[in-house]
Amino acid sequence: MTDQITTDPTKPSERMRAGSMTLSLGPWIVAAVLLAVLPFIFTNNSSITIMNQMWITVIFALAYNMLLGQGGMLSFGHAVYAGVGGFACMHIMNASDFFAALPLPVLPVFGGLFGMGLAMIVGSFSTRSAGTVFAMISLGVGELIAACSVIIVAFFGGEEGVSGDRTYARPFFGTEFLQQIEVYYLISAWVLIAAALMYLWSRTPVGRMANAVRDNPERAEFLGYSARWVRFYSFVASGFFAGIAGGLFAINYEILTEENLNTTSSGVILLVTFLGGVGFFFGPIIGAIAFTLLQTVLSLQTELWAFYAGTLFVATVMFFPGGLAGLMMMHVPVFKLGKARLLILPYLKTLLPALIGILGLSALVEMVFHVRHAAYGDDEMTLFWTTFNSHDILPWVVALGVTAIALGITRANAPALRDAWNEANTAGGSA
Amino acid sequence: MDLILVNIIDGLVTGLLLFMLSAGLTLIFSMMGVLNFAHASFYMLGAYFAYQISIALGFWMGLLLAPLIVGVLGAGVERYGLRRVHQYGHVPELIFTFGLALLIEELVQFIWGKNQMAYFVPDALNFSAFAIAGNSIPAYKIFMIFISIAIFIGLLYILTRTRVGMIIQAALSYPRTVEALGHNVPLIFMGVFGVGTALAGVAGVIAGPVLGTFPGMAFVLGSIVFVTIVIGGLGSLWGALVASLLIGWITTFAKSYNIEMADILNGIGIGTPENLDESLFRDFWTITSPQIADILPYILMVLILIFRPSGLFGKRHS
Repeated sequence: MTDQITTDPTKPSERMRAGSMTLSLGPWIVAAVLLAVLPFIFTNNSSITIMNQMWITVIFALAYNMLLGQGGMLSFGHAVYAGVGGFACMHIMNASDFFAALPLPVLPVFGGLFGMGLAMIVGSFSTRSAGTVFAMISLGVGELIAACSVIIVAFFGGEEGVSGDRTYARPFFGTEFLQQIEVYYLISAWVLIAAALMYLWSRTPVGRMANAVRDNPERAEFLGYSARWVRFYSFVASGFFAGIAGGLFAINYEILTEENLNTTSSGVILLVTFLGGVGFFFGPIIGAIAFTLLQTVLSLQTELWAFYAGTLFVATVMFFPGGLAGLMMMHVPVFKLGKARLLILPYLKTLLPALIGILGLSALVEMVFHVRHAAYGDDEMTLFWTTFNSHDILPWVVALGVTAIALGITRANAPALRDAWNEANTAGGSA
Repeated sequence: MDLILVNIIDGLVTGLLLFMLSAGLTLIFSMMGVLNFAHASFYMLGAYFAYQISIALGFWMGLLLAPLIVGVLGAGVERYGLRRVHQYGHVPELIFTFGLALLIEELVQFIWGKNQMAYFVPDALNFSAFAIAGNSIPAYKIFMIFISIAIFIGLLYILTRTRVGMIIQAALSYPRTVEALGHNVPLIFMGVFGVGTALAGVAGVIAGPVLGTFPGMAFVLGSIVFVTIVIGGLGSLWGALVASLLIGWITTFAKSYNIEMADILNGIGIGTPENLDESLFRDFWTITSPQIADILPYILMVLILIFRPSGLFGKRHS
């Protein structure tokens, strides 16, 4: 297993994780204030929609990381638990008598319970072993349920899915959740609750044992713990929180379809979690925020956003298996040594050209795409606020030149950055 | 009776095609202990390369060259990608191949677009070989069967009868010992990975004209291939063969005979509920076998994993 996934008490950044069951209030208060204030900063409707999407993804990614990061179980079908929870919530919404007596904020609990129920059934046979076998079962079960969604129309609604109306719920302190902003605060409250519960779960003996079983199942067995049952508990808990995410999805979008269950959604949540970093609790949060932003911003700009996301994902796995959170936490020792400012200049010298180089590369990619796929006679394209003819030679020369020079500078400055990094990570010396 | 024969041939074609993919996948698994999620993507690349080559040089050159290119690409992926990720452990390896599968699909869409390619059966094979009770069997299907069987026999011969095969088998079980005897084990691994992906490439070349060459083709077949090797037992070549044929026949027969769930349930003595339209289980009662043909393999896999977790022919339980 990797440095990033294993708890190493000699590293200050990871020693924090092995604390007691106390919840230091600081970060949570900051998060709560941020959640409350954000809609006042980004007031327009589309950004509230994006934030709703983001927080739902946060819960789902955190639930997923209970398996992947904390339990070492790689699931390729986790969207199923969120999806089934969501579908269950949709049906509750449509059961008018019951729903009219139920305040809407409680609804995700039912989604969680359904996700948990399904996880208990599947987990009873899938958690016997971790690793490849678990991954295969999760994929098979995921495909199975996703395929069932077209067949079992009574529950999954077939091709068109199930839709409902959240406003039929019993008014919650006078709120009927007609507006997006009211839903935003509902989701925000749930994010806080779910994240805090998941954090506390990781501090319970079961949560700690999940780490032990992940790192060395045999040793955990010798200590008297059943690796299988520890995995089972993590799996069920993860199913519960995934179901909550599904319930929130149902409240926010008021429709669920086969898309919420299929392998693509499961793949996306794996991507989000890994991008954020599986080694730290807050990793998936960063991943969800970064990915949702990337998705919404990039998909407005280019048709190729999935291609960039895939490239980013593969690059992350190959070069930064710790993800964004791992990259951040790498810098903690530097700050502790008080040598962070040694890094500023080398970073600027390397990362700025690297950024320009990557933008140049993506410009080349876009131009190739345009030349190959644009309608015949449509030679004009707009890139980085410039409109030009993609069949001319000049734009190609410019893009190639900029890319080559920028990447050349990056390459030339990389050794200096490495030296600076080593210097900054060495205690003592001239700071 | 005649229909049964036709279905047996159809199922054989599907099964052998699956086997060409699962053989490479299971070899790679027993070698590195990691499932190559991108395996079906190499199958797709095979089809696309063959299409591109067939435009310029014809189908037969495509059949020859495309698997070679795919094999070289696969070896490159092992050498520069997987070997690097290997140090982080199995889970990141699995995630890497998963990401690679996503990336290859996007790449294919980037280069060839989203539409189906005009990649067809070559004229030399575009005739009906023989007919069984009015159902004509295309010569191309017979050709697919022969290619697959030839590859299987060749693979079996190389693995069990030649020196190279012996070294590969030894390297799969005891890599350190084989390394100590002076063989270049990383090179063997790279070679096996290359050959495995090239096999997937061959499957893509010959399946492309029949099943269609489009960006979703890897996704359609990909998960079925995993199901196959899990049912057969991870790492077992014979298991892969048996499971492939089993899945090929099960899906083909389920699609061509319209068996209704209501008939089965009535047959074992459970009466149809009176007001079926309002019953919660109405969908369950109206299930027909063509409807669930595509998910039968998954059901089979879940059952196998519950009752015999090591698969039909699997020896070790990882």
